Amino acid sequence: MPDFVAGLLENLLTILVTVVLAIPAAIRAGTPLLYGTLGEVYAERSGILNLGMEGMMIMGAVSGFAAAQTTGSAALGILTAALVGGLFALIHAFASITLRVNQVVSGLALTMLGLGISSLMGKQFVGQPLAARLQPLEIPVLSNLPIVGELFFQFDLMVYLSIVLVPVLWFFLYKTRLGITLRSVGENPAAADALGVDVTFVRYAAVVFGGMMAGIGGSYLSISYAPAWIEGMTAGAGWIVVALTIFAMWDPSRALLGAYLFGGVRVLQFRLQPLGISPNLLNMLPYLLTILVLWLSSDQAAKRRIGAPAALMTAYAREER
Amino acid sequence: MNLPSLRIEKRLSSPRWLPAASLTVGLLLALVTVAVIFATLGVDPLTAFQRIFRGGFGSFYGLQETVTKSIPLMLAGVGLTLAFRGRMYNIGAEGQFMIGAIFATGIVRLFPTWPGFLLLPAMFVGGFLGGALWASIPALLKTRFRVDETLTSLMLVYVAYEAVKFLVYGPWRGSDTRGFPITDEFPAAAHIPILPGTRVHYVTLLLAIAAAILVYLLLTRTKLGYEIRVTGENPEAARYAGMDYRKVALLVMLISGGLAGLAGMGEVAGIHFRLRPPEALSPGYGFTAIIVAWLARLNPLAAMLTAFLLGGLLVGGDAIQIALNLPAATVQIFNGVILLFVIASELFNQYRLRLER
Repeated sequence: MPDFVAGLLENLLTILVTVVLAIPAAIRAGTPLLYGTLGEVYAERSGILNLGMEGMMIMGAVSGFAAAQTTGSAALGILTAALVGGLFALIHAFASITLRVNQVVSGLALTMLGLGISSLMGKQFVGQPLAARLQPLEIPVLSNLPIVGELFFQFDLMVYLSIVLVPVLWFFLYKTRLGITLRSVGENPAAADALGVDVTFVRYAAVVFGGMMAGIGGSYLSISYAPAWIEGMTAGAGWIVVALTIFAMWDPSRALLGAYLFGGVRVLQFRLQPLGISPNLLNMLPYLLTILVLWLSSDQAAKRRIGAPAALMTAYAREER
Repeated sequence: MNLPSLRIEKRLSSPRWLPAASLTVGLLLALVTVAVIFATLGVDPLTAFQRIFRGGFGSFYGLQETVTKSIPLMLAGVGLTLAFRGRMYNIGAEGQFMIGAIFATGIVRLFPTWPGFLLLPAMFVGGFLGGALWASIPALLKTRFRVDETLTSLMLVYVAYEAVKFLVYGPWRGSDTRGFPITDEFPAAAHIPILPGTRVHYVTLLLAIAAAILVYLLLTRTKLGYEIRVTGENPEAARYAGMDYRKVALLVMLISGGLAGLAGMGEVAGIHFRLRPPEALSPGYGFTAIIVAWLARLNPLAAMLTAFLLGGLLVGGDAIQIALNLPAATVQIFNGVILLFVIASELFNQYRLRLER
């Protein structure tokens, strides 16, 4: 019996150490998820679900890589990815806001389109190493700290930028007039309209912003994480973002924790395998947790407390009010 | 400032030719759009279209491959016409397909010595039950707790993918597979009969055709079908008429999930004769089935035709991959554009666009 306990303790310790050592990798794996989720939180807060996340992210990845490779500038690559992601989101915005078609179907179509176009666009870049790489940011003192420096202060600019965006987007959403307007459109578009808010414009803006963030998140994969273009390299990250947006209960600050948690799952699946933890069962976790959150937040009181956008997935037409 | 703006208004009446016309125009515009995308990306659209068409429909080999790939699309697509008619947005057919494949494989493992006339029917039933079981999760969450079924059914796709991987990499990995993540080959009794000289597992095909006819009859000739249609078109009216929304929702989800599960069973027992990782079992049949259903305007009989067309597109996609050295995902451009134009064209049956100043 004591043998068994000692064995278990040792195993637990190994697992714990593995998890802690995986933190930097989890943050890097979580960064594209964080960009995407911050964008999707804004889109869904305006009432528009965008299941095209995977398509917008992969378009960001391919166009970001293409631009960075041809211009030699990583910054131009990221900028291009944001533009392309935004343009792609515009398709969904037009279909779901102006034409008022089913948001679910239109988003799915966007994902198919993105996967197809990116594979064709990226064909010429397959196998090329990226010349214009992002270097880790050297932060005085902090980066040189033993252990802590290595764990938390050896990232590139895109990681820090995503972290800075979290409080900024949180503040905008909850504490500014425009943020309240955005949320009101996702909550009760008819009331917002009656108060003189241009519902259509706000929704377009939120969806396009979501697409730009998705594009940046995708470009992080091809410009910093890989850094290379690999066909289908988002590998379902867009679907994790859709799950994560719900898991974070449409809140930018919870998106940060969730992104690193889900990023950690992606990293740990390989590292915990030798310790007898099935990578496949681990990979189910994000989706199961999301279903659990959907379930727990299903009753009306909980929905209000959490602040789930009440008008999510419903098109708005003034004459049908 | 008075910019002209696009307005959409409801039609008071619509002529009978309109649905067919708007679908035709939508499809033509979709093809033009795909051609423009191809040309922009440096692929000659005429050559590509020709190769796709010839690949999918231009030879006996292509045609039998098209029929083979249309079987899972037809089963899952027919199920989705029913679900969407009842306003249950089941977008998780891909996951239900996977669980159907797992259940069918499980039955082979449980009764490996049964003769074919017992084993195959048991596998068909198992496949259906597996898919229905998987669909029952979003269905019950919807009917009991009002949890949106679109998102839960989608999330369960990825859980199902991991479940298949878990089994083929772990406990179900075969003893003589040279390290490949696959199960052992099924005994001959568990192979669905195949038309000689083809890959068409015709028993599943007949089941798919029967399913299309039965779902059509259910929708048009029965009281239950009437309730499904009313609930789908006008939930408020259905409630006033005393119809049981939960019953309808649960039923359409179980049937659509079950048919997707049958599709998964057909693939493992008619094509692969073993369970393989998800990406080897399905090039996204469950998602393509959404296009099958929508393109058929949610008519189960028409879904037979649209499944055949989209099956041909898949085969044609393989053809351009080889002949023009294009990536396999190229056909996804067709899928995405067609889906967008089909749902947009549907809109013009009820609404008209007007430019206002």
